[in-house]
Amino acid sequence: MSERAMTSNQTKILAVLAALVAVAIVVPNTNSFLILLATRALAFSILVMSLDILLGYTGLASLGQAAYLGVGAYLTAILATKYQFGLGYDFWLVLLFGIMVGGALAAVFGLLAIRASGVYFLMITLALGQCVWGLAYRWNSLTGGDNGINLRQRPKFGAIDLSNEVAFFFLVFVIFCISLGLMYTLVRSPFGRSLAGIRERELRMKILGYNTWLHKYIAFIIAGAFGGLSGVLWAHTAGIVSPINIELTNSVDALLMAVLGGAGTLVGGVIGSFIVFGLREYLSTLVPWWQYVLGIIYVLTILFLPTGLMGIPERIRQRRARNGNAGKPKQLAPAATS
Amino acid sequence: MATDATPNASSESALPALELKGLSKSFGGLHAVRGVTFKLMPGDRKAIIGPNGAGKTTLFNLITGIFPSSSGQVLLYGRDVTAWSSHRRTALGMARTFQVTHLFPKLTVLDNVLLAIKGLRPSKYVMWRFMSSYPDVYEKAHGLLERAQFMDRKDTEVRFLSHGEQRQLEIVLGLASDPKILLLDEPAAGLSSGESVEMSEFLQGLDPKLAILLIEHDMDVVFDVASNISVLHFGEMLESGPAEQIRQSAKVREIYLGTE
Amino acid sequence: MSMQFWVVQAFNGLSYGALLFLLGSGLSLIFGVMRIVNLSHGSYFLLGGYVALSVIWTTGSWVLAIPVAALAIAFIGLLMERIFLRPLGFDPLRQVLLTVGFAFLFQQAALDIWSGNNFDITPPAALTRSVEAGGMYFPLYRAFMIATALVIGLGLWLAMEKTRIGAAVRATVDDAQMARGVGIDTSRISMFIFALGAFLAALGGVIGGGFLGVYPGLDFEILPLAFAVVIIGGMGSLGGAAIGALMVGLADNFGKALFPEVSYFTLYAPMALILAIKPTGLFGRE
Repeated sequence: MSERAMTSNQTKILAVLAALVAVAIVVPNTNSFLILLATRALAFSILVMSLDILLGYTGLASLGQAAYLGVGAYLTAILATKYQFGLGYDFWLVLLFGIMVGGALAAVFGLLAIRASGVYFLMITLALGQCVWGLAYRWNSLTGGDNGINLRQRPKFGAIDLSNEVAFFFLVFVIFCISLGLMYTLVRSPFGRSLAGIRERELRMKILGYNTWLHKYIAFIIAGAFGGLSGVLWAHTAGIVSPINIELTNSVDALLMAVLGGAGTLVGGVIGSFIVFGLREYLSTLVPWWQYVLGIIYVLTILFLPTGLMGIPERIRQRRARNGNAGKPKQLAPAATS
Repeated sequence: MATDATPNASSESALPALELKGLSKSFGGLHAVRGVTFKLMPGDRKAIIGPNGAGKTTLFNLITGIFPSSSGQVLLYGRDVTAWSSHRRTALGMARTFQVTHLFPKLTVLDNVLLAIKGLRPSKYVMWRFMSSYPDVYEKAHGLLERAQFMDRKDTEVRFLSHGEQRQLEIVLGLASDPKILLLDEPAAGLSSGESVEMSEFLQGLDPKLAILLIEHDMDVVFDVASNISVLHFGEMLESGPAEQIRQSAKVREIYLGTE
Repeated sequence: MSMQFWVVQAFNGLSYGALLFLLGSGLSLIFGVMRIVNLSHGSYFLLGGYVALSVIWTTGSWVLAIPVAALAIAFIGLLMERIFLRPLGFDPLRQVLLTVGFAFLFQQAALDIWSGNNFDITPPAALTRSVEAGGMYFPLYRAFMIATALVIGLGLWLAMEKTRIGAAVRATVDDAQMARGVGIDTSRISMFIFALGAFLAALGGVIGGGFLGVYPGLDFEILPLAFAVVIIGGMGSLGGAAIGALMVGLADNFGKALFPEVSYFTLYAPMALILAIKPTGLFGRE
């Protein structure tokens, strides 16, 4: 059984790697519309994965995750337009600053939010997200208010101009892959496993010697830092940063993408992100009723697929196992006591 | 008053592993635990009995810091830990099990034990290495699971285990951190009589240096495991003494054994 | 700043608070009874406005539009609760997401039926006048909003305190399990409260339509404010919702007038602080 678990894990990793290679090969050879769509989905899915660390692994459903994308994006836009900073090799510094500002904001917000749980955590993260939105919306002199900030150019590294869609796609793709790798390592690490323990039974974790508050707080900061990172990429992907990026609906979108793909799987959020961006930006050009499709997909997923799309193989396997050898669990039970 | 007859402990160490001084807890107007004074020396095997609602589990929750106490003190090896949070108390070598199973239902048996072992190791904060890169932790987990005869089910998710198996795993988790003090909250709850016998054999086979405080309704398990029994009634320590004395006590029979 | 400024702003804040009370009281009751974070509450508000528009366009009657819109949306809320929310059981996250899914569906439906244009609900001429007092002009419509909220609030309070169903609702808010234990049909209470919440939100939408307008996006714009009301006041408490609505209405008006750059921040930051310090809100019970 342990060998099977091992190989199934390796199969999954191989499948993800294969999918990534396929994306890297196929996407640049399509048209500019699809390249931009994929770039958007990848940049946003870093935020969705960061949310999944909280939602799927720690059991904390945040309704304000867009705030971290927002601060990263506004930082990038303000530095670029007001100080001409981050448009050359100093872009890497902006990337670092984005991570730091996302993490720092989460460090402040976490102090308020982490004590709460369940519905109260939902509400407090909503309130905190709205604080950031309110500042972005109203603080005209800094944020441009309702209109937001237009970024007129993307960074250039010597001969490489990121205004070129393919070059920019690869930048986002590489940063996405690194983020995925880091977050995957995190969730498989002792710390990541401790988060799963907290999700399952926080009281037991305390009794086992874990300072569960600290673990949740650290996870919250890490999620915020990745949110900030995704914001830096988002600013240059979209070319405009405005309060819409921090609106409640954007946080809700991230949450739904994570759940649609399958919470607690990381890549599920990426799949969710691609599906939603695909529907929203591709289907919307074809038919006017695309939002019904999206709404119905959400409702059906929540009603019938609580484990998301990534949970489908597991459900099929369980169904097969139940039909195949129904007597097996009964055989196991006496073995425990003999 | 509690007269702690602890013949085997006095020679080993002067400091009690666990000491309670006038510990009380009230919820609103209800006094769940009143002025409990108690000592558990290293290697002691003691039990607390009492009817349902006597405050036994509340007492455990006070000792482990799940609830703050209203007054009184909890001392571990002479240190006043009354104001400490649960995880810091655990770090001093205390572990507990729960009356209602508190496992990680959607994690595998092995993962449950791994988390329990990691609880007191600083590497629990490591986030840049896979859990699977700690062979020593896995070795220890396998040892614990072998001893409890769980190896064949180590990859089963805990929620698919039978009730009896989950009760056993509760204790494995309690032992995983190599505690010096083990608090057992009704380990035999819901077990068949055969399973109870096994449970008490398993408990008797534990390291004799381990101090055990047991709450239990199954009197066979209590008399098998504990040498010293205290009776809790409406939150108060009514009587304490060697098992045989408690078995004979008329008062205890009246309030507790008589009702069985 | 003159006396006039304070009086006018206070009056505006009060009338805005009245509107928020209609929206927030239902949300608060829903949360209190069912522990559901209903993210489609803003949609009820918006749909209420749209349905009222249709009624006005076909019959020309504003007076008729109010009950028709509120009852229609109450019916939608009732269906949503019965068919979709009830079977989910208690799972806060799935409930929240389901209500969002519906909010998206409602958004698209509204776009299809009523187009993406901005509309205003024009009240009868008698209500569009202004009254002069002490050199200041007070729009009568805002006074009407305050009066409506007062009447509704009083009615709700009487219903909660004096009727059997009100007592059952209060018992369910306090402890749903206990309420079931003493024979209260909490499932029916939930259905009733959800429909009532939708009714109140839609009523707010019709009345707010003459003041905020009716336009796509209003649903998610107004929703966070409703949550601010509920959280500041305390979930499940009518009196709390009233005070919360008043505070949010005033804070919003004075914030925008006095320090516009941080005006929303001054609204949501206290909300977050209150949640962090006392999650049950200022007036909620433990």
